[in-house]
Amino acid sequence: MTALSDPLTVAPKAPSRFWRKMRASKSAILGAVIVIFFVTIAIAAPLLPVPGPTETDWAAVRKAPSAAHPFGTDEIGRDVLSRMIWGAQASLLAGVVSVLIAVALGVPLGVLSGYLRGWTDAVISRFTEALLAAPFLILAIALAAFLGPSLSNAMIAIGLSAMPLFIRLARAQTMSVMTEDYVESARAIGLGHAAMIRKYILPNIFPPILVQSTLTIATAIIAEASLSFLGLGKQPPAPSWGSMLNVAKNFLEQAPWMAMWPGIAIFLVVLGFNLLGDGLRDALDPHDL
Amino acid sequence: MTANVILRAEGLRREFVTRKPLFGPATVVRAVDGVDLDILQGETFAIVGESGCGKSTLARLLVRLIDPTEGSVWYDGQDIAAQNPQALRALRRDLQFIFQDPFSSLNPQMTVGALIEEPLITHGIGNRAERQARVADLLTRVGLIPAHADRYPHEFSGGQRQRIGIARALATGPKLIIGDEPVSALDVSIQAQVVNILEDLKDAFGLTLVIIAHDLAVIRHMADRIAVMYLGEIVELASAEDLFTAPRHPYTETLLAAIPVARVGPRRVRTQIEGDLPNPTAPPPGCRFHTRCPHAQDRCSTERPRLRDLGRRQVACHFAETLDLAGLTGADTTRSPAATARFALYRAARAQEDASTVPKHNESSTEEPLS
Repeated sequence: MTALSDPLTVAPKAPSRFWRKMRASKSAILGAVIVIFFVTIAIAAPLLPVPGPTETDWAAVRKAPSAAHPFGTDEIGRDVLSRMIWGAQASLLAGVVSVLIAVALGVPLGVLSGYLRGWTDAVISRFTEALLAAPFLILAIALAAFLGPSLSNAMIAIGLSAMPLFIRLARAQTMSVMTEDYVESARAIGLGHAAMIRKYILPNIFPPILVQSTLTIATAIIAEASLSFLGLGKQPPAPSWGSMLNVAKNFLEQAPWMAMWPGIAIFLVVLGFNLLGDGLRDALDPHDL
Repeated sequence: MTANVILRAEGLRREFVTRKPLFGPATVVRAVDGVDLDILQGETFAIVGESGCGKSTLARLLVRLIDPTEGSVWYDGQDIAAQNPQALRALRRDLQFIFQDPFSSLNPQMTVGALIEEPLITHGIGNRAERQARVADLLTRVGLIPAHADRYPHEFSGGQRQRIGIARALATGPKLIIGDEPVSALDVSIQAQVVNILEDLKDAFGLTLVIIAHDLAVIRHMADRIAVMYLGEIVELASAEDLFTAPRHPYTETLLAAIPVARVGPRRVRTQIEGDLPNPTAPPPGCRFHTRCPHAQDRCSTERPRLRDLGRRQVACHFAETLDLAGLTGADTTRSPAATARFALYRAARAQEDASTVPKHNESSTEEPLS
């Protein structure tokens, strides 16, 4: 205790609690490994020694997994492994970009709503509730059908459907931060609204937004697969896990591997993002050590 | 008194809606109910009262951290309560606030240096180098070191954080600082340090201090004048000396009687007040204190006493002139002859001990950082 009795003594810089907790959580590490694995193969797809995803081999149609085609071939002799790898690009891109759209639109609206209150809040909140009244996937399908089938339209549709989630979260978090003493202290020094939002609100609502984003990427990937399955996402012959499943459902008995691999991939990547999101939530939770 | 008035409140009133039914009138609390006061240039003015009496609301009204329902606050010839947001922000350079809870009043995402520099940036004071020199100077003045500027608030103890809060309040060179129970969240040993820092800085910067408190012991040490609040009203306003030695309002008397006295032996009979603070949404008619006042008479329950001028003080009691109320007299603080002898022996022993050891460089060395 004697060493601490100096009034100028400040606790030594502790190693970041965030990293300590992330490292201690096995499931968070597993989630991160899965996510990093899929991101790596998606980015490295052009470099990998696999046939092109649209190259057909008419000598090997609907062949079971073999040395030449480890994941088998599909109904027109395309290599399933290659299509899986290139399909990862579509899935991850759709997941990340649509969540970015949702965050970019939803967080500013939510912060404004929670910061200004009054009629701004009333308008934004009613709008949000109207969007939330339609189930997420139904809304995404309706929007995608309205915008026309393509991967970018699917991403916009999914982003808009996920937006209300972020409006609500950002609004609630902003309102909670607004009651903190430090916000009053910022008013006491005469800080303007823009600086208040930039320096006090946004940094303090960031952790829950990050967690929600990670978890929503998983949902968005499923949504993209669903849209592609319905023909509203990435257009054939370009590969996507959802459209692969769509074709594969016709050959479930003759060529089950065509459906199995995309199914497993979707399952794994969604699991990865969920585990990572849960880990982030625990590590960023300020309420326990 | 005709000394310079730096801040004047007139008929200040603030209501909070506690419950608003769909139909019918809302339930309102008059947290501050018609307060008039003058704060003089360079003084330390204290506002005391029990929890829920509206003193924190009054503090926030004085710098318009909340808007008054009615009334005005005059600073430098301007009505703060009527300023537009832009002009109000400019006024904040002169009027600063210290918060009660040092753990929640500092943005956890900003470094200490950024927190202290922020008011300077906000008011466009100095360039980057000048601001950083000012931050270093302020940190030194509140008893921290400039190297702490790049640390985050969570790395500091409560007392240290309150010093950061004080440095932040001082940054723009304000004329008036309002402290909302600035030491009540701190340990007693650290309270003394922070009080000392506030007093030193008050002299160094020529500040006017308004301190909100429920702890009269701290106030007696610091304040020049004291206002006692009860249920949203000021019931007595006098110089610290007058108030402590000869209270003229029964509520002040009971507050004084509640101060613990470090003295062996039988204590004088305590003035007891019964019951809790009345429901502030339905304050009693007449004198608000009559439900708990030991001296209450019929008149008190019907006629509301105004704050009256009694020469050197203001009191809101019908019987202020006639009541015989006990203050803290010398009898409470002097020791019995035996005790005096024991203390003298102790001091002699201490002096001897101190002489034989290396003198400590700093008296205020009891603070420990929070792990």
